[in-house]
Amino acid sequence: MKKKLLAFVMAATMVFSLAACGSSSSNDSSSSSDSSDSDSAQSGDEVQTFKLGSIGPLTGDNAIYGQAVVYGAQLAVDEINASDSKIKFEFKGEDDEADGEKSTNAYNKLMDWGMQVLVGPTTTGASMAVADVCNSERTFMITPSASAVDVTAGKDNVFQVCFTDPNQGISSADYIAENMPDAKIAVLYRNDDAYSQGIHDTFVKEATEKGMSVVYEGTFTNDTATDFSVQLSGAQSNGADLVFMPIYYQPASIVLAQAKAMGYAPTFFGVDGMDGILTMEGFDPSLAEGLMLLTPFSATVPETQSFVEAYTAANDGVTPNQFAADAYDGVYIVKEALEKAGCTADMSSADICEALVAQMTQISYSGLTGKDMTWNAEGQVSKAPTAYVIKGGEYVLPEA
Amino acid sequence: MKQRKISKTNVVNFSTYLGMVIFFLVMTALSKAGVLNRSMTGLLVPICCYMSMAVSLNLTVGILGELSLGHAGFMSVGAFAGVIASQSLLDVVPSAGLRLTIAMIVGALFATVAGFIVGAPVLRLQGDYLAIVTLAFGEIIKELVTCLIVGHDENGLHILFNLTGNKTVEDLGLSDTGIAIIKGAQGTASVKTIASFTAGFILVMVTLFIVLNLKHSRAGRAIMALRDNRIATSSIGINTTKYKLMAFVTSAALAGAAGALYGLNYSSLQAAKFNFNTSILVLVFVVLGGLGNIWGSLVAAAALTILPEALREFADYRMLVYAIVLILVMLATHNPTLQSFFARLKPGKKEEKEAA
Repeated sequence: MKKKLLAFVMAATMVFSLAACGSSSSNDSSSSSDSSDSDSAQSGDEVQTFKLGSIGPLTGDNAIYGQAVVYGAQLAVDEINASDSKIKFEFKGEDDEADGEKSTNAYNKLMDWGMQVLVGPTTTGASMAVADVCNSERTFMITPSASAVDVTAGKDNVFQVCFTDPNQGISSADYIAENMPDAKIAVLYRNDDAYSQGIHDTFVKEATEKGMSVVYEGTFTNDTATDFSVQLSGAQSNGADLVFMPIYYQPASIVLAQAKAMGYAPTFFGVDGMDGILTMEGFDPSLAEGLMLLTPFSATVPETQSFVEAYTAANDGVTPNQFAADAYDGVYIVKEALEKAGCTADMSSADICEALVAQMTQISYSGLTGKDMTWNAEGQVSKAPTAYVIKGGEYVLPEA
Repeated sequence: MKQRKISKTNVVNFSTYLGMVIFFLVMTALSKAGVLNRSMTGLLVPICCYMSMAVSLNLTVGILGELSLGHAGFMSVGAFAGVIASQSLLDVVPSAGLRLTIAMIVGALFATVAGFIVGAPVLRLQGDYLAIVTLAFGEIIKELVTCLIVGHDENGLHILFNLTGNKTVEDLGLSDTGIAIIKGAQGTASVKTIASFTAGFILVMVTLFIVLNLKHSRAGRAIMALRDNRIATSSIGINTTKYKLMAFVTSAALAGAAGALYGLNYSSLQAAKFNFNTSILVLVFVVLGGLGNIWGSLVAAAALTILPEALREFADYRMLVYAIVLILVMLATHNPTLQSFFARLKPGKKEEKEAA
């Protein structure tokens, strides 16, 4: 009997979910027909409203990145819509839990909604899966923060706002070689993470070529990211005085706390994943004193203040990190490209894609995360990274 | 009475196949007619993979009665073996369908070997050892694939075990025309996606055919006898290890085939995808669908794959609502008031319940 009841409930669930799909699709079709009606009414120099989508982990372990991307993009959209710009956006952010499968689902959901341009996804693994779909379906995609080379490689319509992993690894190695040539380097990275491994590989290669001494390499995985005493002792016993950590800030916060507890005080050096450590809940900012990081964005320099204030006001006092800034720039980059290409809102996503691809290698954009950003045909951005050091709970430029 | 029981089993089996065929036909027709929205279309292949995973796990958990917490490990073995096979054969086997079939068979073979290695020593033991070992197995596979660097060029496959953590794709020594297939932690990238709903449907049908036939065979009755009373079963001369291994390895092989299909549905896949959570997700399908209940697994896998997507309207509260729905369904299926209510709806079935 239990089985019968179960069958009924499951069938009901199934019907409910299918019904939900059905109803949403009917909503979509009605809204898209509405918009096409209004579009045809307002051709020429009238306001063009494009549907812009974003994808990121809004729940789960990496939620802080996805939320930053979606809120950052939302802020840019709100600003553009409030301005007298001829281009307006309708915006929607979907959750992907930083998973390729969920991200593809989210992309499909956005396409059902009528998305014309994608500013996303946020994380590398998810972006690789979605980029392939975007490429085969000709949807223009610009990811704010997915930094692996494979995201854009061989896909002409996929672009990045952030640096690529090799670029970060090489820049870090070059920076250290120039400013701290005698450093004995230990590398601590997460070897089950595409981002961390990617930066590590190019960093070690470049550092070795520059004649730097890498004395220790410590690895950890997602499941062992709670205790770093072995790796830190290893680095210490090998005499490392600089620990390069191409990792996200949550494990880094534990590393810093444990290093302090064991009285090990090398220079810690991070990359863009380290950004956000100061605003982490429950983190003692004094632990990060002297931490260096190479990131294109800082929330404390004067140029970014208007963005930081607007973001903080819109998000209950949360300070934006680099992901938010990348997404904010991403929306403006799309806007600029749409203007240059002269796209209209009644064009299909595929037509817009072709028009934007032609523009992207031509335009130059100056935003929060870099001056005069340009893109090559591979979709990679060219901009200068800046090294910051944390002093008194703020990012400041290191003294030369 | 006996006659009636057999015919009832056949009816259930037949309806399971029929239900799957109807699901396939309806979805294909809707998709051809353009009625089906994209998010639903995109879910079809994962649904088939998860259905196959759930049915195969049901063989271990429901029919054999052993708890396996590492089913995603077999899926992982199958997925990466299948992707390697498919990517290596890109030039040799141009037909996508044939390549997918080969990939699924290769995936199943590798998972069979893995299942045998795990099962052969552990299934001789009693108690919850299998749960612990499969849990560890899932984690080990994840770590191993993370260390794996694989590429292919005209000289064949190049495989590196990156145990020290300082090797990269460049150490493979690929020729200019070579392609990197697995890049350690970065997983597979730029895989030619060849999975299709038709292939998924065939996979689920094959899985059903194997599991249902095994369940109702002589071996299947021995397996179920083992589940119900091991001592009584061994006392009548049944080789317990052999039958346990038969069920477990079959289950692993089917999970491998499902993994290969899953791996070839996405252009990029990381080993971390097949973690403990994925194993538990499949176990939830099985438990929700009912232990030993094959069609229950099918429905639960489909419903729980669609549900999080259907709940996207709830935005930030999506996963909260998902959890609440899950709890409500669990509660409802065990609620005596509801059960007696539905019992009254079908008076014809009442006597059967009393008899049972």
